[in-house]
Amino acid sequence: MPAPAFAIKTDRDQLTIDKLVAAFGDGVLSHERISDMLVITVKKPVIHAVLKFLRDEVDFNFLTSMGGMHYADRDALGLVFHLHSMRNGHRIRLKTETPMKDPVFPTFTDLWPTTNWMEREAWDFFGIQFSGHPNLKRILNMEDFPAFPLRKDYPLEDPTREDKDDSYFGR
Amino acid sequence: MSNIVKPDYWQHDLVPNTEHKDLNTLNLGPTHPATHGIFQNVLTLDGEVIQSAEQTIGYIHRAFEKLAERRPFYQITTLTDRLNYCSSPINNMGWHMTVEKLCGIELPKRVEYMRVIMMELARIADHLICNSVIGVDTGALTGFTYIFQQREKIYDIYEEVCGARLTTNMGRIGGFERDFSPKCWQLIRDFVKNYPAALKEFDNLLARNRIFMDRTINCGPFSAERALAYGFTGPNLRACGVDYDVRVADPYSSYQDFDFIIPIGQNGDTYDRFMVRDQEMKESISIIKQALDKLDKLADKKSFTADVPAWVLPPKDEVYNQMEALIWHFKIVMGETEVPIGEVYHCVEGANGELGFYLVSDGGRTPARLHFRRPCFIYYQAYPEMIKGTMLSDAILTMSSMNVIAGELDA
Repeated sequence: MPAPAFAIKTDRDQLTIDKLVAAFGDGVLSHERISDMLVITVKKPVIHAVLKFLRDEVDFNFLTSMGGMHYADRDALGLVFHLHSMRNGHRIRLKTETPMKDPVFPTFTDLWPTTNWMEREAWDFFGIQFSGHPNLKRILNMEDFPAFPLRKDYPLEDPTREDKDDSYFGR
Repeated sequence: MSNIVKPDYWQHDLVPNTEHKDLNTLNLGPTHPATHGIFQNVLTLDGEVIQSAEQTIGYIHRAFEKLAERRPFYQITTLTDRLNYCSSPINNMGWHMTVEKLCGIELPKRVEYMRVIMMELARIADHLICNSVIGVDTGALTGFTYIFQQREKIYDIYEEVCGARLTTNMGRIGGFERDFSPKCWQLIRDFVKNYPAALKEFDNLLARNRIFMDRTINCGPFSAERALAYGFTGPNLRACGVDYDVRVADPYSSYQDFDFIIPIGQNGDTYDRFMVRDQEMKESISIIKQALDKLDKLADKKSFTADVPAWVLPPKDEVYNQMEALIWHFKIVMGETEVPIGEVYHCVEGANGELGFYLVSDGGRTPARLHFRRPCFIYYQAYPEMIKGTMLSDAILTMSSMNVIAGELDA
């Protein structure tokens, strides 16, 4: 397949890593290229500053998406951001985690108003709170919904059923 | 969901009523014929001028992201249909491409061009609905009834390709379920031939119509800066003057082989959104024509899937007569195809913006996490800002020109 005519060849990945590490030091936990884009994991206390830095200094003008994550194996909740620098045609993925017992992040609505509903969605489905959010309430589920349904411990089917034993299906 | 009768801020006095005006609260929706879907907006009105709006969404939430964590990869296609149901094939193929990206499946050119044809047809169908509905909301029902005939023709093509019309479940991971029939090719060629004249007729009715222009110009304008901050994509962003199109910025399915322009507007108002969509439909027709030409020139006249037996069901006669085919068939249907551990983000230019799939696989039979970047969900939150200070009737028009699809909004 011929390379797209519009791809810009400069190594923006390395540039982003260098700038971030220079600015935040060991706030950057890891960076690696997983299949399609650079994935950077940062510590929770610096996440807001990192996003502001990426927006203002590294030209990531567009926040494509933000979604919650539940890491059941290490009892943690996380956020995954996709940032896009439209001018450079460059995308990165930014991750951060917090332990289950302290699911509070600062709000990002001051950086990008688009995160308003994304944060409400993360609260609705994962129970991640955002301090300083203007209107943090459930968005897609009803207000008195008793659980955070996208957490792994929330069963999709009725857990009392006995007629569907997964072990018969190699699951 | 919010308090249906009165919003919270009514009690808290978040809207400062300094001039001691008598403000009205109006429930627009959840089911209102003019909103074309289940959208509730609790408006605070000063006379007929909107002071603030509080949105409530989620009325048709169907928990797709949770359901996806319980389904084998090939069964998730039917969930994507029901996101933006006006252009299901784009969603279907976006999902197929996501899995193909994860598994590193390369498709033959022929399949990619066939996909381009179907995706552009879907884009035309979606833009047709949106543009004709803008007409309806300004009081011009005629254009809507005429142009819907063309959408029917597109749906006939869908039917010929996959058997369904609305929730298409079109294609499979790795290609299409079967080759397009000769009748299907004929329908596509007929459509490409006849459609520009029909669109011209529709254009003549609205595009330079004095009443329509007076009604839509400067109705719900939005600046490029705010649009980018709010995460606008697709025609709504382009109407604000930003030439961002995923088909060009991150070409997928061989879009880099095609020659087309990205129409942009200036003011980001309803008229610009209308004209951007209008122009995009013409570009889509040009892309389909180019794809048909390229397909004619390709030596490959047969392949409709990639060579991936782990994903593509073998032909039925082989399943009944060959052991290997039977094993593959069984493995695929039971969802036991092996998937690498990893995570990908793939985005396609959906009819109303960048439709993204963030897929995390832990090597299991289902995704560990699947997040849809639904363009409607992201740009609809700017709606209160767009309609603040405008008249109620302009708010209706702004909403229909934003092309908010309830299925995609609520997932």
